[in-house]
Amino acid sequence: MSDNNPVQKNLPRIGFYICHCGTNIAGTIDVAEVRKYAAGLPGVAVSRDYKYMCSDPGQEMIAKDIKEQKLERLVVAACSPNLHEETFRKAALKGGLNPFYFQMVNIREHVAWVHTDKKAATEKAKDLSRAAIARVAYHQSLEKKRVPVDPNVLVVGGGIAGIHAALTLANAGKKVTLVEREATIGGHMALFDKTFPTLDCAACILTPKMSAVKAHPNITLWTYSEVEKVEGYVGNYKVQVKRKPRYVKEDLCVGCMECIDACVFKEPKFHDKFNQGLGKRKPVYIDFPQATPKVVLVDPETCIQLKTGKCKKSCAAVCDRNAFDFEQKPEIKEIQVGAIVLATGFKAYDAKRDYVYGYGRYPGVYTALEVERLVNASGPTSGEIVLRDGKRPKAVGIVHCVGSRDAKSNKWCSRVCCMYSLKLAHLIKEHSGADVYNFYIDMRAPGKAYEEFYDKLLGEGVQFIRGRVAEVTDWAMTPGEEGRLVMRVEDTLAGFVRRIPVDMVVLSTGLEPQADAQEVRRRFNIGCGTEGFFQERHPKLAPVNTFTDGIYIAGACQAPRDIPDTVAQAGAAAAEALALIDAGFVELEPNTSRVIEDECCGCKSCISLCPYSAITFDEVKKKAVINEVLCKGCGVCAAACPSGSIRQNLFEDDEIFSEIKGILANDRKI
Amino acid sequence: MKYQYFPGCSLKGTGRAYEESFLAVFRALGVEVKELEDWNCCGATAYMSVDETKSYALAGRNLAIAGRENSDVIAPCSACYLVLNKTMKGIQEHPELRGKVTRALKAAGLDYSDKVKVRHPLDVLVNDIGLEKIKKHVKNPLTGMKLAAYYGCQVVRPFATFDDQHNPLTMDKLIEASGAECVTWPLKTHCCGGSLTGTVTEAGLRMVYIILSEAKKRGAQAIVTPCPLCQFNLDGYQDQVASAYERVDIPVLYFTQVIGLAMGLSPRELGIKRGIASAKELMAGR
Repeated sequence: MSDNNPVQKNLPRIGFYICHCGTNIAGTIDVAEVRKYAAGLPGVAVSRDYKYMCSDPGQEMIAKDIKEQKLERLVVAACSPNLHEETFRKAALKGGLNPFYFQMVNIREHVAWVHTDKKAATEKAKDLSRAAIARVAYHQSLEKKRVPVDPNVLVVGGGIAGIHAALTLANAGKKVTLVEREATIGGHMALFDKTFPTLDCAACILTPKMSAVKAHPNITLWTYSEVEKVEGYVGNYKVQVKRKPRYVKEDLCVGCMECIDACVFKEPKFHDKFNQGLGKRKPVYIDFPQATPKVVLVDPETCIQLKTGKCKKSCAAVCDRNAFDFEQKPEIKEIQVGAIVLATGFKAYDAKRDYVYGYGRYPGVYTALEVERLVNASGPTSGEIVLRDGKRPKAVGIVHCVGSRDAKSNKWCSRVCCMYSLKLAHLIKEHSGADVYNFYIDMRAPGKAYEEFYDKLLGEGVQFIRGRVAEVTDWAMTPGEEGRLVMRVEDTLAGFVRRIPVDMVVLSTGLEPQADAQEVRRRFNIGCGTEGFFQERHPKLAPVNTFTDGIYIAGACQAPRDIPDTVAQAGAAAAEALALIDAGFVELEPNTSRVIEDECCGCKSCISLCPYSAITFDEVKKKAVINEVLCKGCGVCAAACPSGSIRQNLFEDDEIFSEIKGILANDRKI
Repeated sequence: MKYQYFPGCSLKGTGRAYEESFLAVFRALGVEVKELEDWNCCGATAYMSVDETKSYALAGRNLAIAGRENSDVIAPCSACYLVLNKTMKGIQEHPELRGKVTRALKAAGLDYSDKVKVRHPLDVLVNDIGLEKIKKHVKNPLTGMKLAAYYGCQVVRPFATFDDQHNPLTMDKLIEASGAECVTWPLKTHCCGGSLTGTVTEAGLRMVYIILSEAKKRGAQAIVTPCPLCQFNLDGYQDQVASAYERVDIPVLYFTQVIGLAMGLSPRELGIKRGIASAKELMAGR
């Protein structure tokens, strides 16, 4: 505690400023009393209070005092440093003071907003202020470091969010790598026939963007690929991507699909994931006609050649470009990027989890995504509504909120289900003429032209029953119910329990985080909310940022959202990435650790503890070396160093101990 | 393997066939079952809504007595099973209630203990004794017999402790181990009407009718249940159902009777004839 101990009798001149924040602080804390108290503390040359310290006059006042009163240190007691630390650092700088000769005291979130007893709250504010005043005397002059930003961007996920973000960035001249797990880009939107509320054809508006991605000179498209590893920091990420083998050379295949016809399996007989299992495919396949890239792939689980090595390979024989390569192995690629946009999308709720709705037990029960494929002209039935038993439904019931707004599964509203249920009701009626019933809890149509769409449906003769369906069952009570599915529901508008016989049930399943959201979160070092969606930095003011600088989120990986909102958010994420890149550099906080070389004994205990791999070992000098750019200032090494030879800026022993002394030096009797 | 046995009122009255068959099956399996000494009424579901604290103390007395020994308690009646478990949960979660119950029991010279586990015979048969062991005891497999497994509500709701809440399977597994076939039907856990048969008879009868007729329609030759109240409603109101709706004759057995038959125990020992609806046709040739 000796190397920078200010001489007690010659303390620096400290300015103390306390903010009312309107009544946010002044309503609970006696601001004038704290001001008076601080004025009497050692070193304090100026003590003032002001209604809004963050306002221009407030900042001016600080800058002016620094100059005129020759202040050498600054303490502001106001809100969270997350909000205004930077504001007051700038005010210090304006007055000619190094911005790190400043300490902020959070008396709003930590005191005023969490206490009701004004007297006790005032005392607590005094304690915290005294601690900051005691600490700031030891502050040192520090400089922020600047590091350059790599201008390239990685976009993860090739749904509409990833596509839009990639195109926006590429159009701005940035080099983008778009990584997609599936064999084609397009995501969930590629499954849809129409989109609400305009009923425009989903493929007609999506496929031009998919083609644009493929053709764009600034975009490298890696489908059937996954990010394996991410290292580095804002502006300078090193990313490893695994490209899974398609067993077809992507650069040679032109998507003529003759190999599919030639496959030794004459008929498609395997589960077709793209068509939600309603259709069948062969071991060599392509998801849909407009798949991008239009390259076939071979499924190693079902291909005879890949399973046994004993197939006549008629697919490869018919390929005049020799694109087949059954020896293909996974390939690891490494890229450098400055920013990353995560647009990894959602998973539809597994309808089997709600036993009472009969999915998987009654063939007449479908999920909404299955029905999207059924009504789609390029789907397994070419757009005909044909049930699994080959019959056409006369009546169809659509159950809203399956896996949404339910304490037993997911509590959140999935936001899109009411609207897509209306869309499916319209399409089913249009395609089959069936009677359609919508069973809803509340109809939620809050979007441009959404309520009008609901109105339109009301006029089309679709039935709306307000009530949560109790069960879908097959026990009949009347001849009219025999052989059909019966939906039992309390009609809460009519006020009685109804039994409605139908032939087809559509479960409007909600949106959930991807199954591997937690793994992905850890890989990219970002957070997830309690429900498992990626956590934004601020729900209102930083909705596409994450707590890791340079990593942005867009679309349904952050929360359930529809296409218009997803696209808007993807644009915002791209704009944030552009702002970072075009600044050209990032400033790093100077709260990093450093090794006092003379004292380091080379025990290496810090190296394995560092969560950011920022510490290496100099084999010549036998000393630990900290990379300031990688160091995030967590303090683990400084705390763990057995010889005390690691110090951390802004967390020097003197600073911390004097802060503790300050907070404990109260002379009150409680 | 040793258990304590809490009969409750039903198994000594309307559900005597349940007690007889339960004890016979456990005896044949070599599992020791000892009736709880000086047990009292569990309070059933009704008392909880009349005077909650007293109902906890009443049920808690049984738990205190059971706590003297170091073995699980089997409560075959669904209501007893639910009430005793609910009592333990309530006392564990509410310290104030615990204080009151403990003091009341102390006054009677009893110590309330948390260590007792209240189990259902379905749980014990499938998870402790095991289907493999039961299958080894099957001497007269009930081949060709089609049965509807009907669980009622209380064994799986509100607590789903050993089985799925909507699609319980333990009894299905036992029926299948007996060599019989379970019909697929959607009314496994539907309401039997409970006490409505006595209070709002039309409503109760309708619920009974739905279950009886659907079981029959699905080809079941008998309904099998683990609950004395379900058995009572489904078995005892078939004549009234006939006057209100239509005649549905179907025997209603306890699952312990079914296992017992497969194990070669005599119908007499298992109380088969105690049912009101005749099981004669079912038993023909067996």
